[in-house]
Amino acid sequence: MVDITPADGIPPAEVAEVELYHPHSWWTKYIFSQDAKVIAVQYSATATGIGLVALVLSWLMRLQLGFPGTFNFITPEAYYQFITMHGMIMVIYLLTALFLGGFGNYLIPLMVGARDMVFPYVNMLSYWIYLLAVLVLVSSFFAPGGPTGAGWTLYPPQAIMSGTPGGQDWGIILMLSSLILFIIGFTMGGLNYVVTVLQGRTRGMTMMRLPLTVWGIFTATVMALLAFPALFVASVMMLLDRVLGTSFFMPAISELGQQLAHNGGSPILFQHLFWFFGHPEVYIVALPAFGIVSDLISTHARKNIFGYRMMVWAIVGIGALSFVVWAHHMYVSGMHPYFGFFFATTTLIIAIPTAIKVYNWVLTLWRGDIHLTIPMLFALAFIVTFVNGGLTGLFLGNVVVDVPLSDTMFVVAHFHMVMGVAPILVVFGAIYHWYPKVTGRMLDETLGRFHFWVTFLGAYLIFFPMHYLGLMGVPRRYAELTDMTIMTESARHLNSFISIMAFIVGFAQMVFLFNLIWSIRHGREAGGNPWRATTLEWQTPQTPPAHGNFGKNLPIVYRWAYDYSVPGAKEDFIPQNMPGSFGPSREPT
Amino acid sequence: MSVIIVFLFVVAGFAGWWLSHQGLMSKPWLEQGLAGDVVALNRSTLPTAKIGLGVFLAVVGCLFALFTSAYFMRMAVPDWQPLPLPRLLWLNTGVLVLSSIALQCTSVAARRGQIDTVRLGLATAGLTALAFLIGQLMAWRQLTADGYLLASNPANSFFYLITGIHGLHILGGLVGLGRTTTSAWTGARPERVRLGVELCAMYWHFLLFVWLAIFALLAGWAATFVDICRLLLT
Ligand code: HEM
Ligand SMILES: [Cu+2]
Repeated sequence: MVDITPADGIPPAEVAEVELYHPHSWWTKYIFSQDAKVIAVQYSATATGIGLVALVLSWLMRLQLGFPGTFNFITPEAYYQFITMHGMIMVIYLLTALFLGGFGNYLIPLMVGARDMVFPYVNMLSYWIYLLAVLVLVSSFFAPGGPTGAGWTLYPPQAIMSGTPGGQDWGIILMLSSLILFIIGFTMGGLNYVVTVLQGRTRGMTMMRLPLTVWGIFTATVMALLAFPALFVASVMMLLDRVLGTSFFMPAISELGQQLAHNGGSPILFQHLFWFFGHPEVYIVALPAFGIVSDLISTHARKNIFGYRMMVWAIVGIGALSFVVWAHHMYVSGMHPYFGFFFATTTLIIAIPTAIKVYNWVLTLWRGDIHLTIPMLFALAFIVTFVNGGLTGLFLGNVVVDVPLSDTMFVVAHFHMVMGVAPILVVFGAIYHWYPKVTGRMLDETLGRFHFWVTFLGAYLIFFPMHYLGLMGVPRRYAELTDMTIMTESARHLNSFISIMAFIVGFAQMVFLFNLIWSIRHGREAGGNPWRATTLEWQTPQTPPAHGNFGKNLPIVYRWAYDYSVPGAKEDFIPQNMPGSFGPSREPT
Repeated sequence: MSVIIVFLFVVAGFAGWWLSHQGLMSKPWLEQGLAGDVVALNRSTLPTAKIGLGVFLAVVGCLFALFTSAYFMRMAVPDWQPLPLPRLLWLNTGVLVLSSIALQCTSVAARRGQIDTVRLGLATAGLTALAFLIGQLMAWRQLTADGYLLASNPANSFFYLITGIHGLHILGGLVGLGRTTTSAWTGARPERVRLGVELCAMYWHFLLFVWLAIFALLAGWAATFVDICRLLLT
């Protein structure tokens, strides 16, 4: 543990060398490493690996939806299992783990000017428990009866009954156990991310000088620490219902003509607990994306971020508000109309800070010196996609609109736009942006542009038409719709088209993966600061940063993170650790 | 879900208080430090480990607040039959209080540098905490022997679940306590021992508080209290 005890708020210039953990062998350097940068890469690689599984599952689902009846191995049961595992993996094991465990671990210590996380040992444990959670999840594919097919929301009573795949087999047990492990592991990591931001900042790095990336990840972590316990409670209680026959969630119910032993349990209670976690979860993946995209836009438009203070307030405000909107996922659960009214109102209020952020991104771009680099392209694509998904969110936030659209493809289109595609675009942009720091080499430009255009346009072509399907009344979570009257000729063609697009987009991801691996050795040398950025991670003496991040002395911070194109300065960027006063609008010295 | 909302308000209060010290109204774009300037960070002067434990306890508090919320919601269903709490729980409560007191004394002794008292205090705290756990297990056995099984009524299920989770937290605390005890016996640096003792004391007091709250909940007093509040409000 790196114990830093500052006096009167001014941290010591240096943490005593003895306190920094040092690896002694190959094993402790690359495998059981306590270095946040290595842990970040481990998290990212594991998340990407399991994310590929989710991608393949989405192909299988699209095969069935686009060409019903052609692929006999996709039974309705298998289809439910694919949906469930796809949704759960994408939301939790890919996006949450990647943003917080991956980007959080890599960027927080570097950006705040620390040598490492404050509790490196706990940080390492966090990764290994995450890996265990992933392995338990994967094992359910091989368990008798296969993985659970309860839908990613795992609603009881169906989740643990024999009609649902995995309900009376191993599937649901492994899923719940894996979630419990994930939450334990995440809590360990989350403590590190929060306390490092609180206590690990270097001299001069006040909270209001932090890059927005750190603000986003920090707030998201605080939210996750408070929201995941709800999923934990729900998982433990459901596990007891399933394994030991309690009736927390299970009402009196009969199955195959037989009365089950359960009695009186409340499925609605589960929904409350699940969505108390589930809604903040949306922002747990969105806030880091907001933060990162702000930094990408500012750096690649060579302009300071517009309204930094407002951006910080908006991040904090969204974080707080998102805890009081959860029941907008339960409009159709038979709740009291006044409740519906309350939750619709809070939902619409969140739109205000969110809209402020969008305005500020656009105003940052306004008359900026926009370099259409690949990170910038992804950032622009994010804004478009996020606005699109956010607008349909305003539709669905209203009870009267949501009730008929609930459980249709419109909802699938909405949440894929807003929490699937938009954050993933930021992930890509961030990888193109920081890959040079992690590996010392640039990703290939041509492959990158190909990847961008196919992914962006393709994702639009996949998810935009789904809105129409939803408005026509096509329900979600249906394996087979051919005989229904709503499935007109054109709707069926549209479905096939969407499926083909899904394959093309998936193929582009393979190109991206190839690029990631190939460029480690063959990419162009990047140098220490290829984007000429101001934040501390670009000012490290070595690239990739060595153990301990900064050389002999920790950097001292003299300014905020967005001094781009300052008139009167020699370069068009001023690193945060450069002292001095520049520009006519500033106080002369 | 009102319990968890109240809990979150408390957390939000802390967060708001902390944020209000972070210069949210400052204009960072006007700040340009000259070489040699060092600005204060408004960083806490507490040891980092204490901050870490504080954040962790907020998460644990959140967990129990959620269990309580679930308890109240499930309680509203008519099949709920409260179970008679074994008298043994009073004894267990006393033992846990003793454990907390022992750690409090230990932390005073650690501040004064009286290593012998520290060792004695740590051992007492550890043994009493173990005794508490054994007492809880005996209470479980008594209940099962009397036919109050886990699955026979939701009140029973909640009893076993919540006391079980609380016990697991104590068990985890014992690991930390064990490490501190070893360091006190093997002559680690006094500051280290002192920090360890203070962390243990903080954790113990918190878990004692949680235990008192869930005892009140399981005994039904909390529900009465909530009813009174509701009456006063309407
Ligand atoms: C290649 C990109 C993707 C494709 C083609 C795709 C496709 C699908 C399809 C076909 C469904 C099932 C619709 C239904 O029948 O109900 C689905 C569900 C879902 N997807 Fe995706 N998806 C993709 C990426 C993502 C991403 C990045 C996320 C991350 C948030 C995500 C999250 C979900 C969730 C949460 C569900 C709901 C699962 C359920 O209903 O239980 N997807 N996706
Ligand atoms: Cu929501």
